[in-house]
Amino acid sequence: MTLPGVHAVVIGAGAAGPIVAKELAFAGFKTVLLERGKWNTPADCLKDDLRNQRTSVLGHPFGPDDEGNPRVVVESKGQLRVVEPSGSGYSNNAACVGGGTLSYGAMAWRFHPNDFRMRSVYGALVPRAFENSTLEDWPITYDDLEPFYEKAEWEIGVSGDDSTNPFKGERKKALPMPPLPPSREHEVLWNGAKKLGLHPFHIPMLRNTVPYGGRQGCMRCRWCVGFACEVDAKCGTQNTVLPRALATGNLELRTECHVQQVVVDDQGKATGVRYFDSKGQLQDQPARIVIVSASAIESARLLLNSKSKLFPNGLGNRTDWVGRNLQGHMYTGAMGLLAEDCYDDLGPGASIAICDFSHGNSGLAGGAMLANEFIRLPYQAIGNRAPGVPRWGAAHKDYMRKNYRRMVVVQGPTQEIPVADMRVEVDPVVRDKFGIPVARLSGEKHPHTVEVGNAMAEKADAWLKASGAVTTWMRTGGRGTSGGQHQAGTCRMGHDPKRSVVDANCRVHDVDNVYVVDGSVHVTNGGFNPALTIMALAFRAGAHIASTRHDVIA
Amino acid sequence: MRMFALKRRTFLTAAAVAVAGCGVRGAAPGYRVLSEVEVKALEEWCEALIPADQDGGATDARVVRFIDIQLTRKYRMLLPKYREAVAAFARYRGSKPGLRVEEVLASMEAGKCPHEFFTDGGKAAFEMVLGHAMQGFYGSPRHGGNREYVSWRMLGVPVSPVRGRQQYTIADGGKV
Repeated sequence: MTLPGVHAVVIGAGAAGPIVAKELAFAGFKTVLLERGKWNTPADCLKDDLRNQRTSVLGHPFGPDDEGNPRVVVESKGQLRVVEPSGSGYSNNAACVGGGTLSYGAMAWRFHPNDFRMRSVYGALVPRAFENSTLEDWPITYDDLEPFYEKAEWEIGVSGDDSTNPFKGERKKALPMPPLPPSREHEVLWNGAKKLGLHPFHIPMLRNTVPYGGRQGCMRCRWCVGFACEVDAKCGTQNTVLPRALATGNLELRTECHVQQVVVDDQGKATGVRYFDSKGQLQDQPARIVIVSASAIESARLLLNSKSKLFPNGLGNRTDWVGRNLQGHMYTGAMGLLAEDCYDDLGPGASIAICDFSHGNSGLAGGAMLANEFIRLPYQAIGNRAPGVPRWGAAHKDYMRKNYRRMVVVQGPTQEIPVADMRVEVDPVVRDKFGIPVARLSGEKHPHTVEVGNAMAEKADAWLKASGAVTTWMRTGGRGTSGGQHQAGTCRMGHDPKRSVVDANCRVHDVDNVYVVDGSVHVTNGGFNPALTIMALAFRAGAHIASTRHDVIA
Repeated sequence: MRMFALKRRTFLTAAAVAVAGCGVRGAAPGYRVLSEVEVKALEEWCEALIPADQDGGATDARVVRFIDIQLTRKYRMLLPKYREAVAAFARYRGSKPGLRVEEVLASMEAGKCPHEFFTDGGKAAFEMVLGHAMQGFYGSPRHGGNREYVSWRMLGVPVSPVRGRQQYTIADGGKV
């Protein structure tokens, strides 16, 4: 049925959607926020080592459900594989209110200024990174985004201390909360970094370390990344901007609603969205503005599934750019065994980082932030085997017993070189439980991404050795299809409508009332976890829409 | 909200107990789908993967019970593969006098079992059971393995994560 019209409808209550919805609700826009998942709470944190958003061997608690939500993955030799959400290669992001921000590790990185200018910085220096790639500058700069990074840090809440990081972009205001006291592993790695002349600092985290925003500080438990925080110390959109937006009375949140398409009229203007509600009923929600914030894979899928007279190949897809340039992060690094026990059972674990190798690596375009890993749960540690250690039997068990408390991991998200052929399409055959064509993922990483990743593994290895690791071994990556929880790039932002999908304000080039606001618009994905950048872009886009679209509420 | 959560969990626990009490026909006592012969063979298999020494092994952790439970849940589609793998393992094990279980598993891992037992040399079956055995041994006890936190005690990981916990679902040492 057709519901009463609203000023704006936002699709997806993840890292970006609730922020845009909040900015609009505060500006007086009557707004509806549609989320396909449920509103989970801290009481849903079961601290289950085998069933969480990171280790999903027994499924995952925050969606999407394994039943009825498949994707198709194209293997390197061209075979098709249908994958369920907890399966490998699905590139799952939690489908719930808050999205990934309910259960993430919560690193709160600002991208480096050079991350927005990859062509300008490396075009002449590293030409091979541009062969068969779509490596490009963003249409906006770090300075354009800086005020919105600050807004995200203060409105959602970030702790940490990056004052000893000389490689960051200018910060106008310090972080609102101090870091947690260092763990033993943090101290060991701090000393090792100093020995090498590196510049360690406390990772900024979207996590309360002291009471903030009406919620308590972190209690330092072991179950962090992949889990909802049972004391609600992690700061996501679901416990910050969303309640504030709902309190205005201008926002309505509807959960368990699956959007089938953005409805576009014959003049090429969006009139609203069509979705299946929590009872499976098809609903038409008219809206004057549509904001797509469903994450890089699902936003691209939704645009491609939104076919109309003027856009027979999908909304905003006149030049076949929707779904291309899928990126994530190639994680590489090193593992090691320290001479002594360094395990003090203090979460969240990840705490110390260096940005010495984010840029300026000779002969390489970009690099990665390197940090220690989240605290290891016993099941996760079985893969941390030194070379030559068997995978089973008495020797394996003995290895785990002797070394579990001495393991240390340093790794980082290598900035990927985007390629047009790593992409999201809609599958011509496979459909979800509502009959909507599902996403199909394909393509290979650029060879230069592997090269940079290998170099980062060597840097991590050297850091571990300098920190006193007696045995170290590297972990590198291959060219498989990217995506993952850091998925980005599929609706590129740019000035040229022939080579991008949205403009610098996240508006779809061809349609004046549809915006894409999430990691999809990233031109490049930085050498950092992308959550804070997605949030900053959402604050920026929200402010832009609220200030330029008075016509909608007049 | 908290009351609701507790009620829901009480219900789930009760439901789990009800299911546990009624295994399929031919299931070993206390098991849901695996027969006595299968349990015995799989216990030998898993114990070789994670043997008892000064700390408990797969049998002490009740790894096979974990697998049995999951074969009615997340891994229910794998039941036919399990039955086939365990039968082939048992046949190969008994095919030569003096053949040690470690030798059987090493040849399976290398994919070098005679093809009369495993068409792929045993690799797929080996990987399947190894993965699940590690989950049952090192994972959360709420799924029926890692009895009394045997692996966590071995690793020196505190077993009573009480700091700030708002709710408990691990009753009676993790027995489902």
